[in-house]
Amino acid sequence: MTEILKTEGLSRYFGAVTAAEDINVTITEGEIVGVIGSNGAGKTTFINMVTGYLPPSKGVISFDGKPIKGLGPRKLMRKGLTRSFQIPQLFLELPVIDNLSIALAAAEHKQFQMLRPVHTPERLKAAEEILEQMHITEYRDEMVTAMPQGARKLLDIAIAMLGNPRMLLLDEPTSGVSMEEKYTLMDTVMEAVRARGLTVLFVEHDMEIVQRYVTRVLAFASGVVIKDGPVDEVLADEQVQELVTGKQHKPAATGGDA
Amino acid sequence: MMKADRTELSLIGVAIAVAIAAQFSPNWLVFTLTLAISTGLVVMGVVMLMRAGLVSFGQGLFYCLGGYAVGLGGRFLGITDALVLIGLGVVATVAIAMILGLLVTRYREIFFAMLSLAFSMILYGILVKSHGLGSTDGFGVVDWTLLWFDSETSDGANMALMLAIAVALVIALFLNRYFKSSIGLACEAIRENEVRVEYMGISRQQILYINYVIAAAIGSVGGSMTALAAGHVDPTMAYWTISGEFVFIAILGGTGHVAAPFIAALIFTLVRTYAVELAPNAWQMILGIVLLLIILFLPKGIWSLFTRKKGAAS
Repeated sequence: MTEILKTEGLSRYFGAVTAAEDINVTITEGEIVGVIGSNGAGKTTFINMVTGYLPPSKGVISFDGKPIKGLGPRKLMRKGLTRSFQIPQLFLELPVIDNLSIALAAAEHKQFQMLRPVHTPERLKAAEEILEQMHITEYRDEMVTAMPQGARKLLDIAIAMLGNPRMLLLDEPTSGVSMEEKYTLMDTVMEAVRARGLTVLFVEHDMEIVQRYVTRVLAFASGVVIKDGPVDEVLADEQVQELVTGKQHKPAATGGDA
Repeated sequence: MMKADRTELSLIGVAIAVAIAAQFSPNWLVFTLTLAISTGLVVMGVVMLMRAGLVSFGQGLFYCLGGYAVGLGGRFLGITDALVLIGLGVVATVAIAMILGLLVTRYREIFFAMLSLAFSMILYGILVKSHGLGSTDGFGVVDWTLLWFDSETSDGANMALMLAIAVALVIALFLNRYFKSSIGLACEAIRENEVRVEYMGISRQQILYINYVIAAAIGSVGGSMTALAAGHVDPTMAYWTISGEFVFIAILGGTGHVAAPFIAALIFTLVRTYAVELAPNAWQMILGIVLLLIILFLPKGIWSLFTRKKGAAS
């Protein structure tokens, strides 16, 4: 098992506010790790630092054994570290097929062309395969604005998975998606993840989703990792129950709010 | 693929048709057409920037550079060949755009608009102060030649139109491909969502820079063509109201198709000509009302009339 992502003493302060403090995490290749915590616990700050969106105040981040602190999203993406977004970041006024074509062109890591059309037969074929895998083929020629939230999430994640990344960070993949859709969405995503053998770190509020899809959990509270370990162990932890999941959640309740 | 070929064929067809029709047109119409095509070229540059989400109120800078390159090249370098003069303008413009591009592509929205406006007004200021170049009056362009034709002995106006049509056709064919290429689509992607573009591993700066320089070069060609047709250049080419006109025409035509700026430029030129004749003191108001109506009823420009019809037919 080789370690793929490692943070040491990672901290971030916004003035006097501590958003993240001394985060030491090691993730090995092929793991599916969940990140949980209440709002403001530092989950997104952590993800943003790892993906180069936010420079850390202190600490070291290494990806694949090399330090990546200070590298922007562009360089990280080329190293094989990509992310999806809580609010899907897509080209709203462009057709879905164009969204994928431009992403596929970018994933080739070649100089962009001025005269050759972006819609090459290979790219169109690849895009159609992805649409099929994500079960969103019906939206192929629609504008992104015509897609429901769940389909947008899937497209956003699909784009993040292009270009043979090694690690994928999913920021709340099921937020804003209806209860009925959540599991089909996650099944689709996890199937694609397994097919590509990706390491996944994902932020999630829904504990049932976490229990079902994740092997290991990092629990955040007030900017620190309070617990790191196998799912059942972490979710059974008293401190985690108090600070993250809420006490009343203890009996494996069905339903709950989104 | 089929569709692209059809667009190219129709562009070539329209160019030939216009060239033939011009042989039987009165001189004033030939001249108006030449000016409209030249203006259309500069507007293409504005449209290229608009597709990337940027509005330039300073495209007159490159228009003026192209025009003055023709004037100065003829006057001080003794160049008379129109193609060489246009090429001279493109070289000078690209050199300047490559420097300015480093700065302006870092800005967006109103900041980009104002910065581009500022640079064109600097050129205007310099030219107004240059008494050797006729100050605000500008100066005349020398009689030019085109390959083996001479604009004096042959029919100059007709020659200018033929040149304009040929140049515009080549640029339109190029841009038709460019808009469908990865750089062309990346520009639209930048307009839609810069965060995603960055996370795709695409350099926004690089794409915008290339787009900006090409837009400048095409603007320069439009300026050169105007100078060749009108036979005169003056500093107002760089004045901000001229740049404003280009933006006006770009909105009038829309960004949907390479032909749109040319059609819009022709409509603009004709409306202005007639508006000035009908209401010498209120022609700006007429233009303003036209733009208002376009924005209200055809927010995607005149070109949406064509696409709407196509949608209804299929």
